Amino acid sequence: MIYQVSATAIVIFLIFVFSVLGLSFYFARKAKSASGYYAAGGQIHWAVNGIAFAGDYLSAASFLGICGMIAFYGFDGFLYSIGYLAGWVVALFVVAEPLKRMGKYTFADALDSKFNSRGIKLTAAISTLVVSIFYLIPQMVGAGALVTPLLGLPHWVGVLIVGSVVILIVATAGMTSTTYVQFIKGALLICFSLAVVVFLLNRGLKRTPSEDYHRFVTMPVTVANGEVTAVADSSFRVTGQHREKDLTFVKLEKNGIGSWWKLNADAAAPFLEEALSVVVQKDGMALYNGEPKEARRFFQVGHLNKIIVDGKEVEATGAVGPFEFIRRIEDSEIVRFAKSVFTYQDASVTLYHQVVTPGKEIMKPGLYYKLDKGSSFWSRLDFLSLMLALFLGTSALPHILIRYYTVPSQRAARKSTIVAIVAIGFFYILTLYMGTGAMISGCLDVQDSNMSAPLLAKTFGVTLFSIISAIAFATILGTVSGLIVAASGAVAHDLMDKYMKIEMTDHAKVRAGRLAAVAVGLVAIILGIIFEGQNVNFLVGLAFAIAASANLPAILMLLFWKRTTARGISWAISVGMAASLLIILLSPTMFEIYGLSPAAAPIPLRNPGIISIPLGFLTLIIASLLTKKKSPEKA
Amino acid sequence: MLHGPAVEIGKDHSIPKKTKLGIIMFACYMLVYAGFVFIGMSFPQAMGNRIIFGLNLAFLYGMGLIILAAVMGLIYNHFCTRYENELNRREPS
Repeated sequence: MIYQVSATAIVIFLIFVFSVLGLSFYFARKAKSASGYYAAGGQIHWAVNGIAFAGDYLSAASFLGICGMIAFYGFDGFLYSIGYLAGWVVALFVVAEPLKRMGKYTFADALDSKFNSRGIKLTAAISTLVVSIFYLIPQMVGAGALVTPLLGLPHWVGVLIVGSVVILIVATAGMTSTTYVQFIKGALLICFSLAVVVFLLNRGLKRTPSEDYHRFVTMPVTVANGEVTAVADSSFRVTGQHREKDLTFVKLEKNGIGSWWKLNADAAAPFLEEALSVVVQKDGMALYNGEPKEARRFFQVGHLNKIIVDGKEVEATGAVGPFEFIRRIEDSEIVRFAKSVFTYQDASVTLYHQVVTPGKEIMKPGLYYKLDKGSSFWSRLDFLSLMLALFLGTSALPHILIRYYTVPSQRAARKSTIVAIVAIGFFYILTLYMGTGAMISGCLDVQDSNMSAPLLAKTFGVTLFSIISAIAFATILGTVSGLIVAASGAVAHDLMDKYMKIEMTDHAKVRAGRLAAVAVGLVAIILGIIFEGQNVNFLVGLAFAIAASANLPAILMLLFWKRTTARGISWAISVGMAASLLIILLSPTMFEIYGLSPAAAPIPLRNPGIISIPLGFLTLIIASLLTKKKSPEKA
Repeated sequence: MLHGPAVEIGKDHSIPKKTKLGIIMFACYMLVYAGFVFIGMSFPQAMGNRIIFGLNLAFLYGMGLIILAAVMGLIYNHFCTRYENELNRREPS
């Protein structure tokens, strides 16, 4: 997709980024000690910390990923909102206060507070690194997706900008600056998302999203023996046909420009339906709807096929309330764009063709996670696996856990969690409106679901789009900063200081943390470029699954099972982490990234949690029982 | 070397009561959450049934889970604060 770049957007974006940097440098002066760098001196107010929690949590996955997934798959995207928020219940009721009592700077400190085991230090540090890096990838991918429409820059430049700015922030400031950046950004994100939803409800539902929205045309055809032999418009000629599963696509040519259409042969009078196409030719040249990208013939899409109000078809509803909006969507028909990929005459063809979907299908689970029609045992298990990982993952995320150490007391830890739940819950309710709003507003980029919410904002004007995008960018900056602080803490504090026992002064510890931050940041930049185009929400779901598999059994059993041993914890972390990583690497999603057929994946699960989380618990129990007598205290 | 907390935390006599309350509330929420997942897996069509105000079960249950988390959090905080105030009068946490 080629976007129009606006000077306003660039100016607003730069103001935001420089404000974030200025704030970071201001607070950098307060981070001279290890306690200041890793835990903000433990003196952050609970209300500030609560919104900062929201800022940390409402990452690229929430704003870009969830809204994008809802825009493409309806209610299935909202499952992530439900699961992510439910995870906070585990954090609040079970983990927050005990962890606050046990920890110092990092998640490993908390786990190791009882045992002083080198095994725990090592495995917890590695787990923190792995989860943080998996969580970093989608943030970087989101950053790349954002800069394309905002600044007209390629994906990799966005990743590089975020990586560099964050390395600068973290390498100079630490947890205090990260907290205040997250606080401001979290609050702004919620306020401006609310503004988008208010504008959306005020506009209501319209069959034609805008004056300049591309009118998708149909064309009557003559079909003989399943082959299109003639088209009604004689200026077109049929140049090819391709069957892909139960769909037939037809290639037409007019004035030397090729285009792809979907055949509807079952209708009383067969017709062709215009599709969007990206054809990469043998020489590497890509054609968008038959022309180079610069011709801007690759349209933004998403519209309603029918709007039904009180049983009658209407062109627009006018302003609607929040419940009425959902009801109208349920009653209406929405045109989604499904993707088909195939090879035709040595060219790689990607088609996005129209699929008219009843609103009642959009507003219930099943379009992404097959639960009803076309479902299988594995697809239902995948749904269960996702919901389990989301529920248990939050309270096992290292960058969330370290935020409990920034407040002065257990009561403050609890209160900040509740502030976070209220703020995050409110935002997640908004995601359903932003996602479905994007679906019907003619703003979707079929190649990248991640941009759905900012592009919805753009339908209300460039200023709102620029502000929302700048906040989303700051969101990524803040989340990446928090993750890098967590990861650098794992390297410098857990591995170098505690595990390797390298003698360091307080100043040297901070310096080691900053060097580690630079290294982790560089790894994140590289991975962010490799994973371009993946839905960021899905990638974060994987980070949740790894965290829930590796860390949660250790945390919960340490808190509630007295027979837990040091070896039990380190084995549970290792097995949970290895199992979840292995299942991910052998999953259909990764096979797609490898360029292989997803059907060939040996494990047909996209989310590993249903196997790896119980395995983590089981390992801990068995290892603890086996090592109880041999090593009651030390591993 | 054992690792202590980042800030000094005084003796808290309300921990057992708070822990018990937390586990009970966690179990209650988990049951409601499990109900949502079970219906989604086993009776996906039921998720589309309109229940009240013309809104379907999926929407109402999903929104309900989000709102319930916030409400239960506030209730939990209310009772925990009361336990702390009652049991830690001499040694505030």
